[in-house]
Parts: sequence; structure tokens; C-alpha cells
Amino acid sequence: MTAPPAEAAATPGQIAVAHGVAAPPAPWRLLLRKPTFLIGVAILLFWIACAIFGQAIAPHDPLAQSLLAKNSAPSGAHWFGTDSLGRDVLSRVIVGARDILLIAPLATLLGTVLGTVVGLIMGYIGGIVDTVLGRIVEAVLALPVVVVAFLFIVAVGPSSVTLIVVIGFIFTPLIARTVRTAVLVESQQDYLASARLLGERPGYIMLAEILPNVLPVIVVEFTVRLGYAIFAVATLSFLGFGVQQPTPDWGGDIAANYGLLGAGYWWEVLFAAMAIASLVMALNLVTDGIEQVISS
Amino acid sequence: MTRYLLRRLGLAVITLWILSVIVFFAGQVLPGDPGRAVLGPFASRSAVQALDHQLGVDRPLVVQYFSWVGGLLHGNFGTSYTFRSPVEPFIATALANSAKLAILALVVIIPLGIAGGVLAALYAGRPVDRAISLGGLAASTVPEFVSGVVLIIIFSVGLKLTQLNHLVLPVIPLVLILFGYIARMARAGTIEALDSDYARTATLKGLPRSIVIRRHILRNALLPTITVIATQTGYLIGGLVVVEQLFNYQGIGRLIWSAANGKDFPMLEAGVLTVGIVYMVATLIADVLYTVLNPRLRVGVSS
Repeated sequence: MTAPPAEAAATPGQIAVAHGVAAPPAPWRLLLRKPTFLIGVAILLFWIACAIFGQAIAPHDPLAQSLLAKNSAPSGAHWFGTDSLGRDVLSRVIVGARDILLIAPLATLLGTVLGTVVGLIMGYIGGIVDTVLGRIVEAVLALPVVVVAFLFIVAVGPSSVTLIVVIGFIFTPLIARTVRTAVLVESQQDYLASARLLGERPGYIMLAEILPNVLPVIVVEFTVRLGYAIFAVATLSFLGFGVQQPTPDWGGDIAANYGLLGAGYWWEVLFAAMAIASLVMALNLVTDGIEQVISS
Repeated sequence: MTRYLLRRLGLAVITLWILSVIVFFAGQVLPGDPGRAVLGPFASRSAVQALDHQLGVDRPLVVQYFSWVGGLLHGNFGTSYTFRSPVEPFIATALANSAKLAILALVVIIPLGIAGGVLAALYAGRPVDRAISLGGLAASTVPEFVSGVVLIIIFSVGLKLTQLNHLVLPVIPLVLILFGYIARMARAGTIEALDSDYARTATLKGLPRSIVIRRHILRNALLPTITVIATQTGYLIGGLVVVEQLFNYQGIGRLIWSAANGKDFPMLEAGVLTVGIVYMVATLIADVLYTVLNPRLRVGVSS
């Protein structure tokens, strides 16, 4: 789950090339030149549009059942076919973008804010605080995310809020660890020594001096975690601990219909699977682009 | 070396203790009581109270925690609410089944991931590298149940090869997820080794490239890979929960899942703790292997 430093080794050559050209262009301009980044953004925007305007775009009501037209194969009337309750699969795939695109970013935001606070404290104050928090972080990390998540969800009961809080809490130690490392690097810098000599308070130093300098790390961490959050929300919904039926949801719809694959009703799960795959891949293309630009 | 191992073992024990606290209290904050959960909404109040007393859940939480941990230390992981019998046989059978799946996945993925990573490093920046790196990244981001469902559609529905469902198909989603991580690590390690002074010396003294790669580069490149493989073991177990659910495979993941659904807390706690222990042991082995294989660390760690 750690971000491997794989890209670092490939960059020296690129830097040399970049310096050969006149002035280095602004980072966001570099991003716009990357076709993989642009494809990722396009797919992402498509799903965001579906999440916002889903009800208006969808050709049918995603909840409307039609027992006469159940399990029907893709056709002119139902492009993606209908599911075991006769609901239009295309409409459910379109509207299904909404919950996952709401829950995952909120969970990641929660985890990032909490993780940044804990990481700043661990890295800057250090000592016994760092050791104790470090142990707790390691204990939480010793379990697969999905297992921790459903330990808590079972205890509290599944709901969108539970999902946000649980995933946010699980991300906290992961993000804290990354922020802590970045803070430790900053601690060696002269500006911190002078801030301390000026008599600035620890809280002020952490928020006003260190935080702006570790922000790029936090931004990258946020985008990476967002990908995992989508992964986790989809997986938990598939396992029955996330978004509950009959609300349209990709993971939940796959869980509800994969049992019928033996009967050959592939369209009831394939399109939702494709939706999840395209969303996570798009997000990773975007993250990959941002990471490359920031590290160069 | 011995001191390092003892220290490392001590840390593992502390982590395990914190883990037991988290698992236990997470399992206890449930609203409602276990007796009610087991007997259902129509059981009489006195029957629920009798069962609560029999299960020992009417005692204070701290007392329950210590009796639970005391039991763990004697190899007694608790009594299942659902089956009304000790959880250990269930855990043992499920763990053995999962181990079969996990080991098969690792046997496939370790050589494949390392080969992919080394190949990508040797052709760094060229199309082969881009294909392996991007392909690995893409594969590792798609949830197991998504690739699993697509595999079922292709092989069971499309090609009618239903007999693959038992062991072959469940392994593929796990392999897809792990390939990217292991290949990335192996690629980074290989590139670092290729840039090193000793690799240049070996080349300059006239050794053929194949020998330089085999003798000098691979050995150093694989060190970080060992660690990542161990870290991914924890991940693999998370993946097992999903894959076992999808393919209806009776392993530890499915056991934890059904315990969670049936509110069978002793089973859930024992299962999650078992997963934690397996992961901790894997990390410990990785750390020790890493130290034994790396002479620089063997000296450094004693301080």
C-alpha cells in the first residue's frame, strides 16, 4: 500500500531534457500535454456529470420494476438490458455513480485532515508521542482495510455516514505516516530553527511554517487515497456493508445479480463492473500524471 | 543480530496487544445484546438474559476483555454464538483452505512480478516498460470482485468452462492486483542496482552482461521486493475476503464475512485476530530475511 519510489529513478534523464529547452513551463501546462492524464480527466468528468445529472440523463427510472421484462437481454428499449427485477441496467449504472462519488471523496477528505494533524504532531513533537502513535498506527495497518472496515461497520450498522467515517479513520494512520516522513525531512531545514529561535509557538510552526511546505505531499497522498477509497467503497458495497439496495450502486448491483451469471445474464453485472473499472483506472491516470509532474 | 531479533519480536508482541484491544472493543460497541442477536426478536426476555449470562456478556467489558485474552493465551479463542461450539476448528479449516489459495497466488505472482519488473527496468523508458508499468498499475487498481466477475463472464458464461471456478479463477484476481506492486518494486530495485558503482565495475572488468545481471544486479534488486511481498500478504487476505465471497470458497475471508453478517462476534474477533497474527508473522519473517540477506543491515542494526 506504500507508494513505491519507482518513478524517482527514471526522472534524472527527463530533468536533463527539460533543462535543454528554454524556460520550464508551468506544472499544470505539463499536465495538459500528457494524453494519459487528459483521458483520465475526461472519463472522470463523464462520471461526475452522471453523478450530478444522473436522474435527468437516465432513460428510465432506476428503481422502477417491471416483472414482465425481467432479465431481458440488451435491446433497443433497454440498451444494457434489465436486471432480475426488470429494472433498466443503463439507468442504474448512470445513477449508480452518485453515491460512490460522494462517499469516497468525503471519506478521503476526512482521512487526509485527520492524518495531516496526527502526522504533523508525530513528526514535529516526536519523542514518546511519536512512539505511542506509531505503535497504534502499525496495529491498525496490520489488518487489511476491508477487514477493519467491516469490523466497525458491523458494530455500528451500515450507512453512508458510517462508510465515510470508517474509511476516513482507516486512512488516517496511512496518511499520518506519509505526512510524518515529510515533516521529518522539513525539520532539518534552517527556517524551522529560526522560527524556533524567534520563539514561535509549536502550533503556529506546524500550521504556518511546516504545513505549506508539505502540502504537495498531502495533495499527492489525497489523490492516491481517493483511488483506494473508491476501491474500498465499491468492495464494501459488494460485500453488503456499503450502499444498501434498492439504491442504485455498482458494487451492490453486482452483488445482487452475480448469482444469476450461471443462467447467462451477463449484462446485469458486466456494465457495472466496467463502470467501476473505468472510474478507478481514470483516477489512477490522473494521479499518475500529477505525481510525475510534482516529482519532476 | 540476536538483540535486533529480540527487539523486533518485542515490538510485534506490543503491536499484537494493541490489535487485540482494537478488535475486542470494536466488537463490543455493538448496539443491542448478543443473546438477542442469537435468539432473534421473538425470544422471551428471560431466555435472552439466560443466554447472555451463559455467554458471559453480562459482565463488565474490562472483565470480559481479560477473560478473552486469558483464553487466547491458553489457545482458547472463544465460543461461536452461531454454532455454540469452540471457534478454533472452524478457524483452522478455513485458514487451511485460504492458505491453499494464497500460496497458489504467491507461487504464480512472485516469479511473474519479479520477471516483469526486471524486464521493465532493463528496457526502462521504452514501450515494453510503459506497457508493463501502466498495465500493472491499471490491473492493481481494479477491485478483485470486478475482475473476478469479468473472468466468470468470460470463462463460465462465454466459454462454458465452469470447472475452472474452484481454484484457477479465484487466483487470477489476486494475481492481477499484486502483479503491479511487485513488478514496481522489482523495477525500482533493478534500476537502482543498474546505476550502482559495483554494476559499472563488473561491466568494466569485462563480465558478460548476463552474468552482471544475474550475479550483481538481481541479488540486490530483489531485497526490497521481499519486503513488499510480505506487506502484500496482509493485503492478500483482504483480497481473499472478496474472492472467497464471489467464488463461494470456504476460507477465512468467507468465515469472517459470515460471522460479521450473523453478528457472531467471538468468531469475528478470532478470525480478525488470526488475520492480524498471520500478517504480523509474515512481516516479521520479511524483516528477518531482509536483514539476513543484506550484510550492511546485519552490522547496522545492532546499534
